[in-house]
Amino acid sequence: MDFPILSTLIFLPLVSSLFIFLSKGQNNNSAIYISLFSSLATFILSLFIWYSMDYASADFQFIEEQSWINDFIKFKLGIDGISILFIVLTTLITPICIISCINSVKNRVKEFLIAIMILETFMIGVFCSLDLVVFYLFFEAGLIPMFLIIGVWGGPKRVYSAFKFFLFTLLGSVLMLVAIIAIYWITGTTDVTQIYEIKIPKEYQNLLWLAFFSSFAVKTPMWPVHTWLPDAHVEAPTAGSVILAAILLKMAGYGFLRFSLPMFPLASEFFTPLIFTLSIIAIIYTSLVALMQEDMKKLIAYSSVAHMGYVTLGIFTFNKQGIEGSVFQMISHGLISAALFLCVGVVYDRLHSRMISTYGGLVSYLPKYSFLFIVFALAGLGLPGTSGFLGEFLVLTGSFQKNYLVAMLATFGVVLGAAYMLWLTKRVIFGVTKNDQIKNLKDLNKSEITMLGILALLVIFFGFYPVPLMETLNVSVDNLINNYEIAVQTKGLN
Amino acid sequence: MINNLNILLPEIFLTLSIFSILMIGVFIKNSFNLIFNLTSLIILLTIAIILNSSNNVEKIFLESFTRDSFSNFFKILILVSSLFVLNSSKNFILDRKLAKFEYPIIILLSILGMFFMVSSNDIILFYLGLELQSLSLYILASIDRDNLKSSESGIKYFVLSALSSGLLLYGCSLLYGFTGTTNFDLIAGELAKENTGAVFAMVFILVGLAFKVSAVPFHMWTPDVYEGAPTSITSYFAVVPKVAGLAVLIKFMHIPFSKILVEWQTIIIFLSIASMILGAIAAIGQKNIKRLLAYSSIGHIGYALAGVATGVISGYESAIVYISIYVVMNLGAFSCVYLLKKDGEYKENISDLSGISKKHPILAISFLIILFSLAGIPPLGGFFAKFYVFTAVVEQKMYALAIIGLLTTVISAFYYLKIIKTIYFDDSAISFDNTKNKFAQLSIFISCSILLTFFLYPSVLSNVVDTLFLN
Repeated sequence: MDFPILSTLIFLPLVSSLFIFLSKGQNNNSAIYISLFSSLATFILSLFIWYSMDYASADFQFIEEQSWINDFIKFKLGIDGISILFIVLTTLITPICIISCINSVKNRVKEFLIAIMILETFMIGVFCSLDLVVFYLFFEAGLIPMFLIIGVWGGPKRVYSAFKFFLFTLLGSVLMLVAIIAIYWITGTTDVTQIYEIKIPKEYQNLLWLAFFSSFAVKTPMWPVHTWLPDAHVEAPTAGSVILAAILLKMAGYGFLRFSLPMFPLASEFFTPLIFTLSIIAIIYTSLVALMQEDMKKLIAYSSVAHMGYVTLGIFTFNKQGIEGSVFQMISHGLISAALFLCVGVVYDRLHSRMISTYGGLVSYLPKYSFLFIVFALAGLGLPGTSGFLGEFLVLTGSFQKNYLVAMLATFGVVLGAAYMLWLTKRVIFGVTKNDQIKNLKDLNKSEITMLGILALLVIFFGFYPVPLMETLNVSVDNLINNYEIAVQTKGLN
Repeated sequence: MINNLNILLPEIFLTLSIFSILMIGVFIKNSFNLIFNLTSLIILLTIAIILNSSNNVEKIFLESFTRDSFSNFFKILILVSSLFVLNSSKNFILDRKLAKFEYPIIILLSILGMFFMVSSNDIILFYLGLELQSLSLYILASIDRDNLKSSESGIKYFVLSALSSGLLLYGCSLLYGFTGTTNFDLIAGELAKENTGAVFAMVFILVGLAFKVSAVPFHMWTPDVYEGAPTSITSYFAVVPKVAGLAVLIKFMHIPFSKILVEWQTIIIFLSIASMILGAIAAIGQKNIKRLLAYSSIGHIGYALAGVATGVISGYESAIVYISIYVVMNLGAFSCVYLLKKDGEYKENISDLSGISKKHPILAISFLIILFSLAGIPPLGGFFAKFYVFTAVVEQKMYALAIIGLLTTVISAFYYLKIIKTIYFDDSAISFDNTKNKFAQLSIFISCSILLTFFLYPSVLSNVVDTLFLN
């Protein structure tokens, strides 16, 4: 076996959290440097993996296998064109979060960094695992650090939000655990690549699909189980919101692509109307809800639900535009929502208010901030030339091939998206300065410019030149669709 | 016959040692420390003797006593957990002035009783072992005899336990009446034929055993006794008799009652579901840590019983894995409770834990690991325990049991989270003394290390357990 590069990638942050724990020194400087350094090392390592993988192959690469639970479950890791993008997204967002907490986290910095690094381990693990039990392990384990991040460093209603987040997600996931065990007894393995080939009998597929769905729907989050998300976002500290929006939500979309679609193709086809209905409700209803929010974080949280509606819509169109669009949408939403939450965090650190009414007229006093905020707001509403446009456009193209009515309603959501984003910008950035405190605010400092600038560059870069992402995805998505079509045509018979 | 006595070597050694240290206690004044240390030594020596003995199946005394890998595994589990309970509670015993020389001796006597329970292959020997254990436990529960609560819990436990022992004995006599034998293997042979009467006997015996492991609806004594008894005794109650009780339960189901599986399976499923649900719901409102751990242990027994309810070897194995990890978690949890000392007084309320993460970060993180593990969140050890059990349950296509079980883990996660909330999210109220309870800290460390690293090589435990049923 070659050098276990994926395990290194997964456990590097975990090992560094140990060093953070042991670090000493004033102002937690050494802890911040260790975590920044190790998360950047992880990022570079993931870029190296991205660079050295073979896009032309649909097979899983960098496979690592190790006997684990009683010889019947293997600790199996491996990546393909889809997962590498999420891994790089994770490793990119983590250092940005660490930079953000230099400004925003004031107490127990060391513990905060440890929690973030442990969380990074679990998140990378989710995107690398090729075994259902390994996946479940990482998927669930992420709850522990996130629960603490919300609960310890969160806002006034943090206890309620942390509990809601934890229990909602756990409730969805335990059904998935039953399904995973059932799959083991049906197919004799939990190795994903083997299950792809064995093909689960038709009579089991619907129930198993629903069990997986219960977990992914909560995590996505889909309407009507999305209610934990606004609470969690509002109360979480900035870095927590960023990770939650940028990466944790993507686990479910990734789960649909990696597990639901290829393992239960017939059930996926059967339940497509359900997904479409829920996605459309999510897009339109939560956009309307977002319009009415007075809390900036809550507004962005609801917009996340709407954007994830496009993702689920795109995945279940089963055509190339739809699926590539939804992966692209997930990556781009990962960048944009992260940036928007960071933007809210920046002003929250200064004025300790998330209310839209506190602000107004920022453009005269914080020009750099206002510029970046507008870039991200426009990206969020899907302006051409930003990455937000391409994702939504591809998803809509994909869904037009499948169902006109659904595509039309989804397009209506784009208008609503523009409405709430522009209105938010108008009320926060432009308008009359009513609040005298705003006049004394300082503009972005270096670290804030670094993190927001990187994200802004990426958002615009991928808006004009999405080729690197699409090239990576191409073959894996083709393979996914091929397998799906064969399965549907043969009705699951071998 | 005399050549075979080496099979009984651990029991003989234990008995002789108990009598010797009893003599020391009678003739030497203030000998608590001496006897306490000797007890630890005896336990270590007994472990060594058992590790040295062979794992081949040997039956002596008209096949009423078995020594095999099954009994050896449980004996070692009992001894190791008793060793940890005793030593980590030593400071507590001294502080609470419970340092009577009988204390460790009675613990050893109860261990002897459990040895006979797990080794018995005959109803009479089994009952003798059970009674030796129970009588020791009655005394232990009320050892703090000047304390009203402790005496109350002792009496409560005695009355209810005696009742259940009576039912169990009645079941045993019925079983003898209907099958004409007291030997487990012969009973199994008799029950292969149609035997309605024996089903009644089975029900009575099951009730008695369910009482000993505190499965719902025979759990009423548990919260009161856990709360009333001194913490050192509670931790013993929470761990050691549970192990022995589950071992004999599995043994009964596996050997004498293996032929009437359909009849007892329904009962165990009911016990399991009822325990899981009550354990999860009743714990929510608790304010006392010991009471909460009592309900949590009821819930955990429910999960172990779910493994037993499958009625197949893989299910029993999963239950044994479960109870082993349960022992590790509870030893850690109780050792944490020993450290909650303020001005010489031990705190027992959950609200006293408020905000300890600021002043006692290490204790807080240990609590965190143990509580998340009790809740069964991966990647901690408790998750694998549940995973093994539910794998066995789903294998038997008992989907309803699996789903109810996993849903109750969500409910029970709530009250574990509530403690974590108190520790981490609330403002700090009191800071505890810096106790020099080295052994409690050691056992917390061991417990947390096992729970944290279990995911690296989860097979290590189940590989051992897999060998227990080879005979």
